[in-house]
Amino acid sequence: MAGVCTRVTRNLNMEKLRNGYLFPEIAMRELEHMKKYPNAKVISLGIGDTTEPIPDIVTSSMANHARRLSTVEGYRGYGAEQGNKALRKAIAETLYGDLPIKDTEIFVSDGSQCDISRLQLLLGSNVTIAVQDPTFPAYIDSSVIIGQTGDFQDETGKYQNIKYMPCRPQNNFFPDLTTTATTDVIFICSPNNPTGHAASRKQLEQLVEFARANRSIIIFDSAYAAYVTDESPRSIFEIPGAREVAIEISSFSKFAGFTGVRLGWTVVPDELLFSNGFPVIKDYNRIVCTCFNGASSIAQAGGLACLSSDGLMAVQSVVDYYKENAKILGDTFTSLGLDVYGGINAPYAWVHFPGMKSWDVFTELLEKTHIITVPGCGFGPGGEEHIRVSAFGHRECILEASRRLKSLLS
Amino acid sequence: MSSSPSISSSSSSFLGQTHFDSRTPNARLPTKDSWICKCVATPPTETTAHMTKVSRNANMAKLQAGYLFPEIARRRSAHMLKYPDAQVISLGIGDTTEPIPEVITSGMAKKANALSTLEGYSGYGAEQGENRLRAAIASTYYGDLSIEESDIFVSDGAKSDISRLQVMFGSNVTMAVQDPSYPAYVDSSVILGQTGQFQKDVEKYGNIEYMKCNPENGFFPDLSTVSRTDIIFFCSPNNPTGNAATREQLTRLVQFAKDNGSILVYDSAYAMYISDDSPRSIFEIPGAKEVAIEVSSFSKYAGFTGVRLGWTVVPKELLYSDGFPVAKDFNRIVCTTFNGASNISQAGGLACLSPEGLEAMHKVVGFYQENTNIIMETFTSLGFSVYGGKNAPYVWVHFPGQSSWDVFSEILEKTHVVTTPGSGFGPAGDGFIRVSAFGHRGNVLEACKRFKQLYK
Repeated sequence: MAGVCTRVTRNLNMEKLRNGYLFPEIAMRELEHMKKYPNAKVISLGIGDTTEPIPDIVTSSMANHARRLSTVEGYRGYGAEQGNKALRKAIAETLYGDLPIKDTEIFVSDGSQCDISRLQLLLGSNVTIAVQDPTFPAYIDSSVIIGQTGDFQDETGKYQNIKYMPCRPQNNFFPDLTTTATTDVIFICSPNNPTGHAASRKQLEQLVEFARANRSIIIFDSAYAAYVTDESPRSIFEIPGAREVAIEISSFSKFAGFTGVRLGWTVVPDELLFSNGFPVIKDYNRIVCTCFNGASSIAQAGGLACLSSDGLMAVQSVVDYYKENAKILGDTFTSLGLDVYGGINAPYAWVHFPGMKSWDVFTELLEKTHIITVPGCGFGPGGEEHIRVSAFGHRECILEASRRLKSLLS
Repeated sequence: MSSSPSISSSSSSFLGQTHFDSRTPNARLPTKDSWICKCVATPPTETTAHMTKVSRNANMAKLQAGYLFPEIARRRSAHMLKYPDAQVISLGIGDTTEPIPEVITSGMAKKANALSTLEGYSGYGAEQGENRLRAAIASTYYGDLSIEESDIFVSDGAKSDISRLQVMFGSNVTMAVQDPSYPAYVDSSVILGQTGQFQKDVEKYGNIEYMKCNPENGFFPDLSTVSRTDIIFFCSPNNPTGNAATREQLTRLVQFAKDNGSILVYDSAYAMYISDDSPRSIFEIPGAKEVAIEVSSFSKYAGFTGVRLGWTVVPKELLYSDGFPVAKDFNRIVCTTFNGASNISQAGGLACLSPEGLEAMHKVVGFYQENTNIIMETFTSLGFSVYGGKNAPYVWVHFPGQSSWDVFSEILEKTHVVTTPGSGFGPAGDGFIRVSAFGHRGNVLEACKRFKQLYK
């Protein structure tokens, strides 16, 4: 476009980013496909977007809170940037149970995607990070944006200066820490997006020990904790010693269908210290007070309702509904002779298509069954040959998707 | 390995050996407690604290104290502990106090309830905001200024947007701010690494260009003395001075930015408080689309300080030095470091911009404007030099030769009224107190009564 340029240099870190962020990419492909086949009933098992209504007990409390904002007694202005006290307490007591997590260590937010970037802002450009491979892209993209990485290398599909820790069936989807070089920060997501694997207690004990020995900080993403079915830990703080090495981020998105409502939290323990002894929580508090102004009070009212005993039951039944979806999808792929991972402790099935490029599989599935999935390489080079199938959807869509997959692949 | 075999080919390898994941039948139905974390044995007590090897971000270490407003809140709390029976009145933090009009909250309640229905449930929204809201913002506030829906990015508020803009700009840009100014511009700049150390003698961070705004220059910087920076933050109507720049001044500012190839980040959060014909948007100035970004907010219009909703305008015409559109990078930032404003808040925003909603907002703004008049009259009648107030909900009172923190403390001690010391907004704010006009009418009248008693 012809126009007058400013003399402001574009941020080189933005230049390093490859293409668009993964999920808007998928959304764009979906739109293109729908234009191409206007009569097709496209089923979206791509972006992990919740589909089922939020239980009444939760939405009615949000509606009430909204209405009360029109009254003199009920009106509230700015809330504490760290979150509503009652909600912080409820998160600590209800979700962390007997673990010694204090309400003052909990920072309520508008979701994990924002928290990840706020944590990167906190850490700054002079730290090194390690991520699982494959991984949720926001850890990497935020790292690039903040200036922690070098350039993207097309040959390897990796950014320089990030340590990628392969997670494969062969290593039980957990990094082989004996061969992992140490970095300042280690991002771990469990239950994992995209592989669906929930780390075992033993694996997390090894991780904490590794972090303690190397004096790294673990950023543990537990957004899918509600989907754990077996004895896998739901919080990094179940592991002794974690308080001195870990930050935990979590979210109401997949727990309560709050993907549009926007609510999450981050736990920063008092004992977590920088190398000079300065408490990380103090700096995180400063970030939250300066770069943020609190999650919406209405969303927070909803969060509180989720954590009442009736609320918990209600949101858990929606979680169970998605878990049943995951089982149906997993069984479908398995019955077709494909290697399928995940699905038990997470709302994602991770399907292996050996020897095939994941974008090709994505495209073919989309063309021939009008089903949107996510190509594994979008999560890192370690995701190649895999497809992530998300279990969020109306049951009839899941069943229909199953039918279409069976007829295509059998 | 075959090259791109079709997945429906019967000869593909995946039809080979079946591999079952270690699924155990889900015999146990999850109980409501099923994902509450289990207790573990307490770790052995350490004799020395474990320190990670992660260096503290040097930029964080540059920050001098806490962010200004939590500091004010702390002082207020301490004061209330000291005087438990005092009726403390808050004219400090600019926090709205009046209920949100029903037309707006019922829109939000309706959306919340709809989320419990099949037809009404929505998950992730577009990170840039709902189309209808973007269109409504464009037509309501930028109607004849040729700002389009696609230039508008809906957010959870100006404070978050300021940091997102800084993240986008990165650490290698220089910035200019008004002095005094809303602290988030400077603090976010420090955090991003754009600045040098804080210099205690001048109370300024190295590498920031501070553009003095005082009564002598009519609260508009003398641009002939301002060095070139990449980014210029400008807030009008101004927090804290209350001054609204004139069309002529903004025309000069846009020209200045153009001549220097700078980007102007224009904060128009108080535009609705303008009572004369001062420009409400930077885009009223010809040529602004090639130099300016505008940040705004529903906070002070609709009492949305807790609800969280704002927007940023990044015109398509705004380009980096290499011709790359700034809006493309902001879009990437918004898609990667953010996930959209709450859909319930956005429903509220849409209700705000209905004809009924606009009328209702004007009424509440009018109420605060009347508060402002009362406060202005009070200080004027006491013989103070009083600034602002006409076009903003802030009154900027001059206490020549006095330390603003001392004045703040004295006012708090003797009248139990919380204000904000001018130096919290920058060194040129010293000698001034910001009195905010958000409050119940009774409290504002009572506060003014106490000011009269103190300063008669």
